[in-house]
Amino acid sequence: MMVIAASRELRNNETVIVGIGLPVLSALLAQRTHAPRLIMIYESGVIDAKPTRPALTMGDPALATGASMIVDFFDGYALFLQRGMIDVGFVGGAQVDMYGNVNSTVIGDYSNPKVRLPGSGGACEIAEMAGRVIIIMPHEKRRFVEKVDFITSPGFLGPGKNRKNEGLRGAGPSAVVSTLGVFRFDSNGVMYVDAIHPGASVEQIRANTGWDIQVGPDAKETKPPTTLELNVLRNEIDPRRVFLGKLD
Amino acid sequence: MKDPPVFMTASEAVRELVSDDATIFISGFGNLYPFSLAHEIIRQGRRNLTIYKHSPELIADQLIGAGCVRKLVMSWLGNPGIGSAHCFRRAVEKRIPQGLEIEEYTHAATTGMFRAGAMGIPFLPTKALLGSDLLAKGRARVKTMNCPFTGEKLVLVPAANPDVAIVHAQRADTEGNVQAWDVLADLRDGAFASKRVIVSVEEIVPNEVVRSLPNMTVLPSFLVDAVVEEPFGAHPSATQGYYDRDNEFFFEYEELTRTVDGYQRFLADWIRGVTDRREYTKKLGPQRLSKLKPRASPSVSIDYGVYGGLTA
Repeated sequence: MMVIAASRELRNNETVIVGIGLPVLSALLAQRTHAPRLIMIYESGVIDAKPTRPALTMGDPALATGASMIVDFFDGYALFLQRGMIDVGFVGGAQVDMYGNVNSTVIGDYSNPKVRLPGSGGACEIAEMAGRVIIIMPHEKRRFVEKVDFITSPGFLGPGKNRKNEGLRGAGPSAVVSTLGVFRFDSNGVMYVDAIHPGASVEQIRANTGWDIQVGPDAKETKPPTTLELNVLRNEIDPRRVFLGKLD
Repeated sequence: MKDPPVFMTASEAVRELVSDDATIFISGFGNLYPFSLAHEIIRQGRRNLTIYKHSPELIADQLIGAGCVRKLVMSWLGNPGIGSAHCFRRAVEKRIPQGLEIEEYTHAATTGMFRAGAMGIPFLPTKALLGSDLLAKGRARVKTMNCPFTGEKLVLVPAANPDVAIVHAQRADTEGNVQAWDVLADLRDGAFASKRVIVSVEEIVPNEVVRSLPNMTVLPSFLVDAVVEEPFGAHPSATQGYYDRDNEFFFEYEELTRTVDGYQRFLADWIRGVTDRREYTKKLGPQRLSKLKPRASPSVSIDYGVYGGLTA
């Protein structure tokens, strides 16, 4: 459901920047259902790849064979992301907070962390400069926190803060898609519940969220997966459950 | 101008060009990581190194676990798609085998540092790091400024000019011109930014082969100090057209190196226990290597044309 709900956030005729894992599945699903002219740009500099297998990493040789263009890393960042050519990007990590900031750097103190995470990679610049951002995150209390231990990728930053003032060009997170629902942000940049997945409940969401999350006025049930979406996902995109198998 | 590149073994190249305390740039992203050269660095017991790389992955993890590294300048270090780089985490969380200094950025900033270094200018203005705690709480060596023309908030990333670049590429010709294809990431910029360049390649080709496709040349011969002919020099990472990424090896490494003992065993088996990459590939065995061989997919050839005679 998480992959499908995220896929519905993508629109036709958009450029989306992707890395590895679930965002790629969401983008491929969108391409094969409602967004045939969605252009996928990999952070690694591969444009419009047509891989013959689900890629474990962004540097998978299957991505390069048959891609329409390959640029080097800095050019990918400068000419596409910084230039403003990316409509939407995905950001992930270990924690997301109520302002949509994401942490993939450390749990605990930066100079003496309890857990050292891999780091930003390109997530920070995607969060800064993509037209809008979709955050995909399994819904657990240790992940949905009031305030992240470290802001790797900026969302709406915090109370009284303004993305524009900080020099961030993109609009920031437009959605958080979890295993329990879809969440959006109000005019203060605070996350609220916009949709609850079939089988999940508001109580479940609240029990697994580290702050008193509010339910939006138009909150609804997420439209269940269609047969088409399920077929494409399970039979065409990831038949060997390389990525889907890791969920639920 | 530098002397023409010398063709030598990995052992000779590391002995001559990589010293203790060196700052080292490493090529690669999913493919073209110079594992053979890195393993030679470990075998020769280099110490106190600083690694410059946006995504140093397993190469850095192995160097860190072997006690070679004092400092990392990077933006991401994990075992991609699988999980943590355990030696890296142990060094940061527990100071095993020793503490690690980290100068941490994001990919945009790290690759920007190499581009500035390659361009021979002291910094590049970017939009990197804004809004992130890497700016506020981290140890990035950047400066912020308001653009003198527009007033927009900018982050200046300083140039990086490492002592030596270790690079793996598909081929070099007999003069030392290097060609590469696939995701090249920061290969060109990192090599141009570095004072000395060691390149290991799958094969050496005649000069005419390179000259038939000059757009494919990433490093001209006069940038390169040493060329090492090293088939499978990037294993377990891929080399486009030659061998796939050995994903199983990455999974096995992740599982084994969850403990210090496990990593020491890996070090003994695959790095210290072999004298060179030839022995390493013999150890991998022909079966494993043949599974990594891709099916052929030659590109449509192009024609630059030959232009003779005087123009009117």
